[in-house]
Amino acid sequence: MTRPDVAARRAADPGHPPVVEFRQVTMTYPDADAPVLRDVSFELGEGELILVVGPTGAGKSTLLSAINGLVPHFTGGRLDGQVIVAGRDTRTHPPRELADVVGYVGQDPAAGFVTEVVEDELAYAMEWLGLPPTVMRRRVEDVLDLLDLARLRGRRLDELSGGEQQRVAIGSVLTAGVRVLVLDEPTSALDPPAAEEVLAVLTRLVHDLGLTVVIAEHRLERVIQYADRILRLPGDGSAVLDEPSAAMAVSPLAPPVVHLARLAGWHPVPLSIREARRYAARLRATLPPNPSRPTAPSRSLGGEPLVAVRDLVARYGTTTALRHVNLRVERGEVVALMGRNGSGKTTLLTHLAGLRPPARGEVIVDGVRPHRLRPVEAVRHVTLVPAEPSDLFVADSVAGELRGLPRGRELLRSLAPEIADTAHPRDLSAGGQLLLALAIMLSYDAPLLLLDEPTRGLDYAAKERLAAILRARAEAGRAVVLATHDVELAAEVATRTVVLADGEVVADGPTAEVVTATPAFAPQVARILHPLRWLTVGEVREALEAG
Amino acid sequence: MSRDGGLHPGAWWVWALGLAAAASRTTNPLLLLLLASVIVFAVVVHPSARRTVLGFFARIAAVVLALRLALAVVFTSPFPGHTVVRLPSVPVPSVFAGLRIGGPVTAESLLAALDGGMQLAVLLLAAGAASALADPRSLLRCLPAALYEVGVAVSIAVALAPQFATAARRVREARRLRGEAGRGPVVWLRAALPVLHGALERSIDLAAAMDARGFGRRGPVRPWRRHVVTAALVVALLACAAATYGLLSPGFRSSVSLPLLAAGVGLAAAGMIVGRRDAVRSRYRPPRWTPRAWLVAAGGAAAVVSVVLAGHLTPGSLTPTGYPLTWPQVPTVAVAGALGAALSALSAGTPDTVPRTLRAGTP
Repeated sequence: MTRPDVAARRAADPGHPPVVEFRQVTMTYPDADAPVLRDVSFELGEGELILVVGPTGAGKSTLLSAINGLVPHFTGGRLDGQVIVAGRDTRTHPPRELADVVGYVGQDPAAGFVTEVVEDELAYAMEWLGLPPTVMRRRVEDVLDLLDLARLRGRRLDELSGGEQQRVAIGSVLTAGVRVLVLDEPTSALDPPAAEEVLAVLTRLVHDLGLTVVIAEHRLERVIQYADRILRLPGDGSAVLDEPSAAMAVSPLAPPVVHLARLAGWHPVPLSIREARRYAARLRATLPPNPSRPTAPSRSLGGEPLVAVRDLVARYGTTTALRHVNLRVERGEVVALMGRNGSGKTTLLTHLAGLRPPARGEVIVDGVRPHRLRPVEAVRHVTLVPAEPSDLFVADSVAGELRGLPRGRELLRSLAPEIADTAHPRDLSAGGQLLLALAIMLSYDAPLLLLDEPTRGLDYAAKERLAAILRARAEAGRAVVLATHDVELAAEVATRTVVLADGEVVADGPTAEVVTATPAFAPQVARILHPLRWLTVGEVREALEAG
Repeated sequence: MSRDGGLHPGAWWVWALGLAAAASRTTNPLLLLLLASVIVFAVVVHPSARRTVLGFFARIAAVVLALRLALAVVFTSPFPGHTVVRLPSVPVPSVFAGLRIGGPVTAESLLAALDGGMQLAVLLLAAGAASALADPRSLLRCLPAALYEVGVAVSIAVALAPQFATAARRVREARRLRGEAGRGPVVWLRAALPVLHGALERSIDLAAAMDARGFGRRGPVRPWRRHVVTAALVVALLACAAATYGLLSPGFRSSVSLPLLAAGVGLAAAGMIVGRRDAVRSRYRPPRWTPRAWLVAAGGAAAVVSVVLAGHLTPGSLTPTGYPLTWPQVPTVAVAGALGAALSALSAGTPDTVPRTLRAGTP
């Protein structure tokens, strides 16, 4: 759905003022040695969907918050140059004075909710704009319909699913009548169907209302096909605005479809599955139906598996989170747990880690029942990296976190040599925090490693590093179970995939079979090469190089 | 439906205040028990009440009651009575003359402690019921525009409490994940740091989100005028609170309290009228004060009025001394008032039948 004509038309019409304009913007945070943005200039027009791409720490969030003035009014620091939004200069207009032109939705929409009910949340910004009640009433109804929220209007915000919360957050800024919508990683915490839902809403806003939408997202494979232009932040403080296929031809951060295109030499670079499939006919003809994969570790006959979950039932109050779950994991396996938000993935992990006793059934890990052990014993059998790795941090320096863990230092150095011992753990990027948490947990060297949603906020480079670590664990005869929404990571590392739905196991088998069975969970390469069962660019590369 | 059938949240707070005021006038254990049951009853019969909130307050109330009794056992009373148990006596330096640690624990002193503890417990339950029946944040929406900022600070503080609980649970789990036992004061101190960190990060996020959505936008009002209005309202609130305290405490002269209350109400009204003219904010579907809201508020008022009345009609029945030990008398008027409060709460249990049409008007 790329539309190069939009840019062309705009260039031909110089009388049309840009909606967002950066003029030689340089931004330096207090106590920072170097500016995070350096001499950045660009113009965004009406009705564009702009995707901001860059590695962790390249200044994506800074650039997004500069659009509505949160940078520097809220964060402090020094901003040189000008940011002009709908004719208003952010130097003289703090965020609250821009609330009627720019809508900002942060990484965790729930953290920004001010009221407790959907309808009130939608009205909040309008109350501050002083709109008459009749106008408010109509706009709320319009937005409820536009974002398909009508049946949620009276619901409490904390009862909503992740995708619903994201849509309410978008709606709550739309009612103010904004012309620019800024979203920081809107789909990173969402399962694939919920992410599709949110992206569908965003494209509708661009096409039907002519809104300018600016998105930062690490999971390019989800968003790139909808982007009109790409704002690329290479990491040196600069920013380059480009057509999507031109940007993707050079960007080191790229979704699998682009990597496959580079490998196969397709020009211009396709960005959507539809475009790629047109090119892929010849590739499909030359490849065998299945790559030669190493066979999964065989089930030990008679011997006890590393993990044996039998008939597990878990309850929170009156709600049942897991219903009669059975699961075996052998040494040397990497198992991906997939499924919707709320399907029971995290609950299963907490039971495997022994944080909660089972309501019924039993959980045996490495020959013991983890919830019966004292913590100091439990970590010798199983370790869990939680969804918020920062929960684990108690010290004010990386060295402090690793104190008392003799192997921790060494591990962190091999995982992330760039992390300084003196850095504050909470100041690290999302990827840095994950790697530090991983180093802490790996230093116990337990036979079972659990990870809950490890890819949130990780760029492709960090994800590759994570994949290598997990594969190395499996090769060393340890086992890994990870809960994830990231089908690409699952395709990359998992030998087996288990799909949960509503607390029940609905699929359990080799990753290649499970993820190719349904389009929602299929990785990009599998969709492009369907009906062949190839999952990753790496597999295709090996086959092409060999033959 | 979480909109509470349209009942004005202020009605529930008036109701709960009425019951709390009634409880503050009496130490009669039977009457306090009756008031406590009425409070719990109202929450249980109301379909959209958040019962866990009341449960939270009930646990605090139980702790307070237990603490009060424990103190009565440790610090014994010098008055003679029926000894229940005799504890070893600890000598006290003469500086603290009158303080007795250990010695005979009398049934009378335990009863007095129970009465006092129950009074506090009912006050806590009333606060819990108000929060359970009407979210403090929805009450906030009804504040006059000039007091909005003060209200937001309060509401965020209220909202942070459950967040602390979640953060504490997550950090406790994290302690276990790192192989550390979750006991002992040192571990708790270490665990407090990430909890505070998390709470701070969340409140900064919230503040940024509120700012980005227009919180604190100002119309063309001169700042000094705004400050005067806010100050007037705060002073008015304090005056009203002091006056109410005076009126409710026996032995306080009403010749001081009544004029103070009148002055407070007058100042508040003036502040609101001026503030309303300055406000740029409009309000989306403000809750309306319906006849049903009057009924609920009247129920709360009935509870406190009946207890005051009982104090005049049968002096002594509200504060039985327990010396000598007798079964306390329960004044009929007070019982009738408490039952009235229960009935009014029951009437609010069914959803409002008024159609939710457009509610016009800005504050």
